[in-house]
Amino acid sequence: MAECHPVGFQWVMEAKARGATVIHVDPRFTRTSALADLHVPLRAGTDIAFLGGIINHVLENERYFHDYVVAYTNASTLVGEDFVDTEDLDGVFSGLDPEERHYDFSTWQYEGGEVQAASGARYQVAGERVEGKDGSDGPRSGVREAARGEAHGSGGAGITGDFETDETLQHPRTVFQILKRHFSRYTPEMVAETCGVPMETFLRVCELLEENSTPERTSAFVYSVGWTHHTVGVQYVRTASILQALLGNIGRPGGGILALRGHASIQGSTDIPTLFNILPGYIPMLHAESSTDLQTYVAAEKAEKGYWAELGSYLVSLLKAWWGPAATAENEYCFDYLPRLTGSHSSFETVMAQLEGECKGYFLLGENPAVGSANAKMQRLGMANLDWLVVRDFSLIESATWWKDGPEIETGEMRTEDIGTEVFFLPAAAHTEKDGSFTNTQRLLQWHHQAVEPAGDARSDLWFLFHLGRKIRERLAGSTDERDRPILDLTWDYPTKPMPSHPGDDEPEAEAVLAEINGWDGHGTPLSSYQQLRADGSTACGCWIYCGTYADGVNQAARRKPGTEQDWVAKEWGWAWPANRRILYNRASAAPDGTPWSERKAYLWWDADEKKWVGHDVPDFSPTKAPDHVPPEDATGVAALSGTDAFIMQADGKAWLYVPAGLTDGPLPAHYESQESPVDNPLYRQQRNPVRQIEPVVHPADRFQPSGDEPGAQVFPYALTTYRIAEHHTAGGMSRWSPYLSELAPTMFCEVAPELARERGLEHGGWAHVVTARNVIEARVMVTDRMPSLRVAGRVLHQVGLPYHWGPNGLVTGDAANELTSLVMDPNVHIMETKALACDIRPGRRPRGPDRLALVADYHRRAGITERTGLDPAVGGAAGKDGKDGT
Amino acid sequence: MGVKSWMESWPVYRQWADGDPLGRGSAAKSRTSGTLQPRIADADHVTKSVCPFCAVGCGQNVYVKDERVVQIEGDPDSPISRGRLCPRGSSSLQLTTGDAREYAVRYRRPGGTEWEDLDLDTAMDMIAGRVVASRREGWQWEHEGMRVRRTMGFASLGGATLDNEENYLIKKLFTALGAIQIENQARI
Repeated sequence: MAECHPVGFQWVMEAKARGATVIHVDPRFTRTSALADLHVPLRAGTDIAFLGGIINHVLENERYFHDYVVAYTNASTLVGEDFVDTEDLDGVFSGLDPEERHYDFSTWQYEGGEVQAASGARYQVAGERVEGKDGSDGPRSGVREAARGEAHGSGGAGITGDFETDETLQHPRTVFQILKRHFSRYTPEMVAETCGVPMETFLRVCELLEENSTPERTSAFVYSVGWTHHTVGVQYVRTASILQALLGNIGRPGGGILALRGHASIQGSTDIPTLFNILPGYIPMLHAESSTDLQTYVAAEKAEKGYWAELGSYLVSLLKAWWGPAATAENEYCFDYLPRLTGSHSSFETVMAQLEGECKGYFLLGENPAVGSANAKMQRLGMANLDWLVVRDFSLIESATWWKDGPEIETGEMRTEDIGTEVFFLPAAAHTEKDGSFTNTQRLLQWHHQAVEPAGDARSDLWFLFHLGRKIRERLAGSTDERDRPILDLTWDYPTKPMPSHPGDDEPEAEAVLAEINGWDGHGTPLSSYQQLRADGSTACGCWIYCGTYADGVNQAARRKPGTEQDWVAKEWGWAWPANRRILYNRASAAPDGTPWSERKAYLWWDADEKKWVGHDVPDFSPTKAPDHVPPEDATGVAALSGTDAFIMQADGKAWLYVPAGLTDGPLPAHYESQESPVDNPLYRQQRNPVRQIEPVVHPADRFQPSGDEPGAQVFPYALTTYRIAEHHTAGGMSRWSPYLSELAPTMFCEVAPELARERGLEHGGWAHVVTARNVIEARVMVTDRMPSLRVAGRVLHQVGLPYHWGPNGLVTGDAANELTSLVMDPNVHIMETKALACDIRPGRRPRGPDRLALVADYHRRAGITERTGLDPAVGGAAGKDGKDGT
Repeated sequence: MGVKSWMESWPVYRQWADGDPLGRGSAAKSRTSGTLQPRIADADHVTKSVCPFCAVGCGQNVYVKDERVVQIEGDPDSPISRGRLCPRGSSSLQLTTGDAREYAVRYRRPGGTEWEDLDLDTAMDMIAGRVVASRREGWQWEHEGMRVRRTMGFASLGGATLDNEENYLIKKLFTALGAIQIENQARI
């Protein structure tokens, strides 16, 4: 955090000054570790084992927050009899189809009911609902692949039936007892063996965390892509969720699980998604099978209870925002204008579509995949097969110049003259040159005002999109082709303002776009809350969770009442979605009876005289629903939530320790080794996540390595992880061209322990080259204790650390770490595994020209790598171990 | 120089007279440093902004003089950052005004070995034409017998420093064109 979010880290230091204990768990020693009370280095890719160990410790020693767990989690709910856990299936869950590499989720459900996913693969249930309606055979694999993981990421759930519960938590099929059995093998000894963390260190972490998680005290978890860039990334976060729910650390001040996101508006890019699988506000994109018409879609995707019951209102309001008067009740508000998915269409599938010639044009809008995406070579090969490419950026980044000076030109794999891609480079405007809002990592919208106009041809992306749309609409004007109706009927009449330094050119008003995102009623009056949205076409709203950010016609994101003039919650600085709530699920900060758990941690409480929730924040709960409220039997939607259903977006109003629906790879986390690991899985016979996403990309430039004890694995004996440092920004597009930052961190380097340096003859300050099955790169060697060797599985394991900021262009250059990474992904959200791999490292620079390819080919030969290596289907159960016959 | 001003220019005298006995404040100023002014002092106006690097969202004050950004500093009003910026945030002035920025459209024709110049409006027309053509070529009404109403002909990958309003127009425009391969750094 001190490296990647330094100014946010000041609050950690404030907390430390007030007595907080700071624990840093990370394979490398960083500036965070230097300031922490305890640094716990662990083997990259073993956090589920580590966190699972803590869960086991909490359960075994009864250190959980009992009253919180019983009231606010699903600990007491009974799971159906058909569920079989990893304990009985040697590392996989019931329902696995090892050949097709997917789970049938039906056995994971609660006893006596069907529950809709809170956030995740809602189609698991949606498909069945559609099946009942039209007689189809439920979702095909394409639906499963469509990354419904983020759909309803802000929550949302449906529920039918009455679930059986046992509040004594003793019934063997309660979630609580299943949890106990599941994590019983995550012992301190197993943690030591798997993670390389000594038992005494691990037990100290358990003690510190447990004694700080009480009615009087709360503990927070902070994570970043070190947890998500794995084939089990979603389950990493799940493990933390289980632990924090058990400890009563969710919805309370000083608690929570905080995702520190890496870019100014990466949260905004998810909320108003430029993502293939969702529409604004986490509304699932249409899927060909389950989205035949508006009614079917809403019936399949909406929830019966909680705020997702209003899905129809959110979607119809979005359609009204996009198609205005053309969207009528008769035409289902232009529902049919929306394109449908048939599978995953992430940027990695897009690369394959480019290689196959299906995808012919590509916009890169402030993005540099030639350095920043996993297996960067695949990205360049895809771009080399395009008809046209548009790059909008500040400088000539690698994704703009690969056709001229990319690595494949040097190796001779490509010749510039042979590359048919037409490339447009358009200079972009900076944040100082345009109005607009960023959504930061705590869901806070903050407006940045234009200070000056962009010079030369530089323009905002708002300008680019608006005028591109205008020109396309002019070209298609008068078309009678049905396919052109959506673009011609689109509301695209944003007010503009002249640009004095560019006579005749206009910039669209960003605030007008924000007003559309916020939404308005039939009279054009700005809405103030998503609770005003209707499914009858009387409201328009571009993103329902952002509704209220332009309440009263005032740009709430631009509010800047100084922090010194407000209380510590600072509700009048910017605007947080939803409804300016600063801590989600804050009903849980009070006990079931509505009184604070403790005076010290009082945040929101029930005022019996006023008959409403009061406190420091906007209630994330119906503001006048009493703690003892019991909903009528036939209630639906928000009305069906009881006075203690603190997790208002969830199907059952509870925090989920066990996930009966919504995840593609299991209702509980299990430790699996990364796709490529120097270690055999110490916990289960199942080596890797059996349903990891690996099949769609099979390409000679994306081969996988053998793992663990498999023959050939010893050719790549070291663990490899990638990361960032304070002085550079992601793939370097905003930092490698800066003289200040370039001077601070002038070259690509690798961090290795002194023991590894001795073993491989690496010299501090000299060169080394690092090899995986994909490629070889070179880097300066930093011999340092910061990347400690660990004792794992009975031997010493060395780790290699690589920052991924460099590439061939800019003031300071170096090979890109992403040349080494591969296209294997988490099955829920399709994010690639770049944080835990295996590699070899050798002294000296890498070979030049065709010899670079020859070196990689030689490693393939030595490790016996074929196109099937690492791809073999999951076997699971007692039948054998995934990957055993990997070569 | 009169005796009085000569005396007053003597640092030892100033240490005593100005209440700076250790000589670490005003007494240590030379005449040159005494006349120095921060570069923000004569800025025409200050614009409130937000750091474009990571997602902490630190407040920035952007100082403008003669329609040029002359300095970017942390905004002390921000309850998030309290005026602080990290090394990256502190380089914002260089990011936005440094000589590494390109200000002209560059064009590379198929098979071309060098960049060429291109007028911005011409480039926009050409891109609009390419989109319309690729959209048509990659159009699908149906896929495996199911209605999909989409194009696979072009794709988009956006960075996460885009404004919400920009992302909104990307999603709106490209979805209306039928494109589904719309992605962002948020999955990377």
